Amino acid sequence: MANNNPIQTIAIFGATSAVAQALAKLHAYAEDNILLLARNEEHLESIANDLKVRGANKVDCINADLAQIDQHNELLESITSFSNEIEKYYFFYGVLPDQAQCESSWEHTLDALNTNFISKVSLLSLLANKIEKEQNRSLVVVSSVAGDRGRQSNYIYGTGKGALSIFLQGLRNRLQKSNCHVITIKPGFIDTPMTESFDKNFLWASPEKVASDIYHAASKNRDVIYSPWFWRYIMLIIKCIPERIFKKLSL
Amino acid sequence: MSDYRSWGYTPPKKQKAIRLNWKDTRLDSDENCWLPYGNGRSYGDSCLNSQGRLIDCRSLNKFISFDKNKGILRCEAGVKFNEILDTIIPLGWFLPVTPGTKYVTMGGAVANDVHGKNHHQDGTIGRHILSFELVRSDGTRLLCSPTTNQDLFRATIGGLGLTGLITWVEIKLIPVKSSFLDVETVPFKGLREFLVLSNDSNARYQYSVAWLDCVADGKNFMRGLFMRGNHHSSQSPETTHKKKNNHLSVPINFPKWSINRRSIAAFNSFYYYANKRKAGKTAVQHYDSFFYPLDSIDHWNRIYGGQGFYQYQFVVPLEKLNIMEEILHKIVSSGLGSFLAVLKEFGNHESPGMLSFPRPGICLALDFSNRGAFTLDVLQELDQLVIAAGGAVYPAKDLRMSTQAFKSFFPQAKEFTRFIDPNFSSDFWKRVYG
Ligand SMILES: Cc1cc2nc3c(=O)[nH]c(=O)nc-3n(C[C@H](O)[C@H](O)[C@H](O)COP(=O)(O)OP(=O)(O)OC[C@H]3O[C@@H](n4cnc5c(N)ncnc54)[C@H](O)[C@@H]3O)c2cc1C
Ligand SMILES: NC(=O)c1ccc[n+]([C@@H]2O[C@H](COP(=O)([O-])OP(=O)(O)OC[C@H]3O[C@@H](n4cnc5c(N)ncnc54)[C@H](OP(=O)(O)O)[C@@H]3O)[C@@H](O)[C@H]2O)c1
Repeated sequence: MANNNPIQTIAIFGATSAVAQALAKLHAYAEDNILLLARNEEHLESIANDLKVRGANKVDCINADLAQIDQHNELLESITSFSNEIEKYYFFYGVLPDQAQCESSWEHTLDALNTNFISKVSLLSLLANKIEKEQNRSLVVVSSVAGDRGRQSNYIYGTGKGALSIFLQGLRNRLQKSNCHVITIKPGFIDTPMTESFDKNFLWASPEKVASDIYHAASKNRDVIYSPWFWRYIMLIIKCIPERIFKKLSL
Repeated sequence: MSDYRSWGYTPPKKQKAIRLNWKDTRLDSDENCWLPYGNGRSYGDSCLNSQGRLIDCRSLNKFISFDKNKGILRCEAGVKFNEILDTIIPLGWFLPVTPGTKYVTMGGAVANDVHGKNHHQDGTIGRHILSFELVRSDGTRLLCSPTTNQDLFRATIGGLGLTGLITWVEIKLIPVKSSFLDVETVPFKGLREFLVLSNDSNARYQYSVAWLDCVADGKNFMRGLFMRGNHHSSQSPETTHKKKNNHLSVPINFPKWSINRRSIAAFNSFYYYANKRKAGKTAVQHYDSFFYPLDSIDHWNRIYGGQGFYQYQFVVPLEKLNIMEEILHKIVSSGLGSFLAVLKEFGNHESPGMLSFPRPGICLALDFSNRGAFTLDVLQELDQLVIAAGGAVYPAKDLRMSTQAFKSFFPQAKEFTRFIDPNFSSDFWKRVYG
């Protein structure tokens, strides 16, 4: 699309996510440079081809299991060799673990927490140290409304997301003086492969809708957004319910 | 999302579906009745599969490659025409054939071998397909083109999703210099005047279509407006392509009483006079309003109310003009006529599609609001006239044709059945050939 904005350079962690794909298309139409990171080489390649046809200026892929913390230093080097000018780092990767399985398997719980929280702390810390010197950079990270309050049906997922949101708050506070932005995205329900087996109703949003909210939040350097917007109010109410009542609900 | 319907909005039957997220995903092998689902822009039951499982292809929405010099595009089957246009027009290319809505998928367009306002010059979309990949239920992946797996290529174009799953398609585009068209509107009365106009326009205009009043009787009987146009040839596409987002929307189903003979007649008169004013003048029109007038009203199909509606589209050979006239009399006297009746002369470019609907003749498409048995009886009588004329009714728009009618419209169906995937079927197919 003909476009008057300067070309941006962005990196997407978890680029095979349905929401990430929708977001990448928006950057492709803006003719940006895009670096894709995920763990399925063929899928990465098909996304890269799509983005090129849609107008992306330059697309590159890094095939990596992002939860492998011991590889993160190396990963950072590959990212830097793609470009030194990356302005926005998006974080999409994540898993929705089976809660019952987490209850019976510590290994499963640790895996989920590692993917959804600990590995991101590792990557975001490395990136924070880097961008602190560069100024004017953004970290755009997808958390979830599930991190706003613990519920019996998915509290291991919720714990990872809640911890992530708090980590991001601290990081935002730290990076503010380096003129860098940390943007926390809290989506409600999104119709994606992650939630394939769920019955959907009017509360469910499309990946395209959430991607467009993320794109705008990132271009305006917002701090915390809910997507779609009405989740802010739903969560406000949910957070107001006294614990002595909340603990009896089956949510 | 998980609500699978067809465009006619008649009360839906519950559908089971899987969503395909990647073109390399295998079909789960214990299902024995699959049907691909595009974007549900077919009106009837050819995109539904109540007894089996739909394969929702909308997440197969990636482009694969685009040769900007030759205009050759390869994309996954779930890519919709609106996304294709947004991508190719700024680079000076356009779809070789497009139906009257841009919210169809590439796979759906191939499976119905869709036609557009340029049928007289360019034929159906099947003539512009270079190749595609077909996945059969046993897991085999076949490259199909006019030179490899020719039979499956021919059977799948217009094959109603029954020959297997199309995962990607390669298509040859046409060059354009602008996103606008030069359009002229000419009023006419009666089929003979229509044919004179059509004849006179076929060679000079790439696109032509007519709107016909199927409600007015007496002195206004069969009045119409003939529209013809060509791609505008002097602007650079980069500066003229803009996306428009000023959508209207029909949020809920209209109550049943709002569609009646008086409201339709009033609408038709309004439409006729509003457009007649433009007669004889050439206007410059954006491609969106020229090709996709209905797309600017989201969910316009809901104006027919919770009952849904029937769309009836048929073609009759030119030599059978008398039968066409009889059909039109029947429609007008039934009082079931609709907002939109679209008349078009099909040309004689043969499609590779084995089961394709378009063939030389006059084609009419119109909506009938669903008034139960009465509507069905009238349509049944129309079928008999189309059979007598040696014509055909369009399966993409059908919810009710009989086996006998189908076999008369598509004598080639017998040959076609050899190419059906044994684990694919549809509500339509079970009904007409089950
Ligand atoms: C407003 C409007 C105007 C229209 N105008 C025209 C017109 O001018 N000319 C015309 O020809 N048609 C027209 N149509 C009909 C429409 O173009 C066709 O029904 C088209 O096939 C719908 O595409 P879809 O992607 O929605 O597919 P669906 O309706 O979901 O499916 C159509 C068929 O394609 C099959 N299919 C879908 N995807 C695949 C795949 N990946 N592999 C194999 N099979 C597949 C399905 O099984 C089904 O048989 C119009 C429809 C509307 C609503
Ligand atoms: N869907 C919802 O309702 C919802 C709601 C709120 C928040 N979210 C969050 O939104 C984000 C995007 O999810 P989605 O809904 O788009 O689901 P999705 O399409 O399933 O995406 C999740 C992606 O994460 C990738 N991933 C998981 N572990 C990885 C690893 N170790 N290394 C690299 N990639 C890994 C997966 O890749 P593979 O395909 O290779 O496994 C997958 O592409 C997630 O953070 C999710 O928690 C989702």
